[in-house]
Amino acid sequence: MNVLLASAGPSAYWYLTRSTGAVALVLLTFAIALGVIDVRRLSSPRWPRFVVDSLHRNVSLLAMVFLVIHILTSVLDSYAPISLLDAFIPFAGSYRPFWLGLGAVAFDLLLAVTITSLLRQRMGFQTWRAIHWLTYASWPIALLHGLGTGSDVKSAWLLALSIACIAIVIAAVLARVIDGWPANLRLRGAALGGAAAFSLFLLLWLPGGPLGSEWARRSGTPASLLGHSHTTTTADGSRR
Amino acid sequence: MSGRLRVNPIACEAHGMCAELLPERITLDEWGYPIVDGERLTPELIDHARRAARACPTFALLLEREEEGA
Amino acid sequence: MSAPPSLTTEAWSLQTPMAAALPRILAGIPDHGAMDLDSHTAVHGPLPPDHKRRRRVESPLIGRIERARLGGRGGAGFPTATKLRAVWSARPPARGRAIVVVNAAEGEPASLKDRTLCESLPHLVLDGGELAAQAVGADELIVCVCESASASIRAISAAIAERDRPGGARARVRLVAVPSHYVAGQESALVNHLNGGPAKPTFTPPMIFEQGVRRRPTLVNNAETLAHIALIARHGSDWFRQLGTPAQPGSALITLSGPVAHPGVYEIEHGASLPSLIEAAGGTTAGVRGALLGGYAGSWIGKELMHGLALSNEHLAAHGASLGAGVVLLLSEDACPVAETARVARWLASESTGQCGPCVNGLDALAHTVEEIASGMAASRATQRIARLSSLVRRRGACGHPDGAVNFILSAFETFAPDFQDHARHGRCEACVSAELPLPVRMRDTAAAHELARAS
Repeated sequence: MNVLLASAGPSAYWYLTRSTGAVALVLLTFAIALGVIDVRRLSSPRWPRFVVDSLHRNVSLLAMVFLVIHILTSVLDSYAPISLLDAFIPFAGSYRPFWLGLGAVAFDLLLAVTITSLLRQRMGFQTWRAIHWLTYASWPIALLHGLGTGSDVKSAWLLALSIACIAIVIAAVLARVIDGWPANLRLRGAALGGAAAFSLFLLLWLPGGPLGSEWARRSGTPASLLGHSHTTTTADGSRR
Repeated sequence: MSGRLRVNPIACEAHGMCAELLPERITLDEWGYPIVDGERLTPELIDHARRAARACPTFALLLEREEEGA
Repeated sequence: MSAPPSLTTEAWSLQTPMAAALPRILAGIPDHGAMDLDSHTAVHGPLPPDHKRRRRVESPLIGRIERARLGGRGGAGFPTATKLRAVWSARPPARGRAIVVVNAAEGEPASLKDRTLCESLPHLVLDGGELAAQAVGADELIVCVCESASASIRAISAAIAERDRPGGARARVRLVAVPSHYVAGQESALVNHLNGGPAKPTFTPPMIFEQGVRRRPTLVNNAETLAHIALIARHGSDWFRQLGTPAQPGSALITLSGPVAHPGVYEIEHGASLPSLIEAAGGTTAGVRGALLGGYAGSWIGKELMHGLALSNEHLAAHGASLGAGVVLLLSEDACPVAETARVARWLASESTGQCGPCVNGLDALAHTVEEIASGMAASRATQRIARLSSLVRRRGACGHPDGAVNFILSAFETFAPDFQDHARHGRCEACVSAELPLPVRMRDTAAAHELARAS
């Protein structure tokens, strides 16, 4: 039955999981940008402080909503063998274990951030802030997860979207690091170094990685799903 | 149900959201710190005051509840 | 009266029609070193025993202190019995037994009385601490002394060791050094420091008497207050009220400094006149412009008002002043009140702990404006700026520091108005170069100089 279903083509869940994943990443990008605008206290008469702050909180929560839908649909979808546990416990799954696992890591980090922010009143400010900074770590992990597991990576729109998000996050990190320079120089240096290293890594890895040939096999897609002619979109936009 | 507003001046870091959300009772001094009118809040303002207190990033704005006729 | 031998300690009876029984606190004070336990017991008698009472029954000592109308000697003058009662009532068993903190931090530069008590009469202070501990059901006594007061640290440590014998102190006693900052002696700052935090005030609630050191009900009393308690416990409230005024009975330690022959710590009865205190100190050595009462959070009294001034809070209130921490600072005519005010205002701004925006910014702006006026570079509306900043700063900090600074500056403006106007118009005067009012660095120099003089 499963084989039949598989050969019938991807379900609505599969499309949903890909689209909500992309949306979650975009929302997370905006959440980070808004977070930096918030902490830098940028505002205008039309965009007062409380609006920026509320937007940051609400966009973040919306990102989590899409993230949850992304996870549920990937579990419900029968094409790829992903269990609910794989969303929390990284690297234990059977579908592209490493790249899927990165998603679990990102999700765990964001869960910690979300829960501590909702219960912010009950903890010290320094503790809350230290955990909140995990967002900066979760974003590149989420991006790598998307690039590693996503089936649309080679498509122009997703690449363009990813590049735009990367640019926004790098700009946000720069804006955050400059504020209060040169206090805590070590931490700022580490942040800049991390951003630079990550960007360099992407440049070196992407062409031979997800954008290269046979990525599906190399990334750990189960053999039973390989070579299966389900609908994909090639770089030139034509369907096969 | 009524209440009064109070600022914890140590926690306050002059974000200024409180003054945006409750200009009737909170103004900012020349350094961005809130000057809070400590008078009892009217019923129309209580919800706004609650929102202002919740919006403060450092929980410096405190809404102290008072029962009517206490 | 014998010649006063040293800088710090003298006791002079200032006679009034009522039976004078000074010296009280300063009775038997040694010229050098600390009074040991045996001498202390010889002069004052043994520590009154703690009579067993039922668990919920209030100690009779609290009632005695209430009848004596003892007020805190740290500056605020808060009724001591009320404080004791608050701590006593706050101790549900779950929260643990209370803790008593002896506040001898004395961050006020112009005050030497607590240092004197710790250096020379440590047992009187420790008696008071122990009695207070019994009254509030505390099992721990912490003596807080300024970290730079090495003689106090030595004397208190030795006294604690002396009392550590079978049947001796019932509460655990320990000595803790605190930073010498101005605000470090504030109650919540002290408790913060004892809890491992910085010596900076905290936001209340929770109140110290409910949740202080290690979240236990905490009683913080000034060292002199406890010394008075030690005597009230022995001699009773009627004895205490034989001196002083009906509203403010008893005696008090005053640190008198400035252009007098023998500056130092004096014990007076409340209501004694300022001229009699000055006379007891050997009279003035220069013309006097005015007197600062209470310390750097206090108020100025112009020279015209000094003659009939009685040293008790009810009398001083009419002039907008109070005794505060028992500081009387005379300003000589050689000094410039405007320059001195600017110096102290700048110091007060630098002593802000930096926790509250209105204080950090406001005191800095105030100091800057006073400095501008002092140098004649003031903008035309400088005086209005002072008034506006003062109202902006009052009651917007977590502690009373900004309020005290504002009080000091505004009172200087009022008392020395002609001088301020003159400076605003014409700039600095010849007296501006003098730096008379003691600020911490200068204070150490003065003390060192006197040590040298005494040794030679």
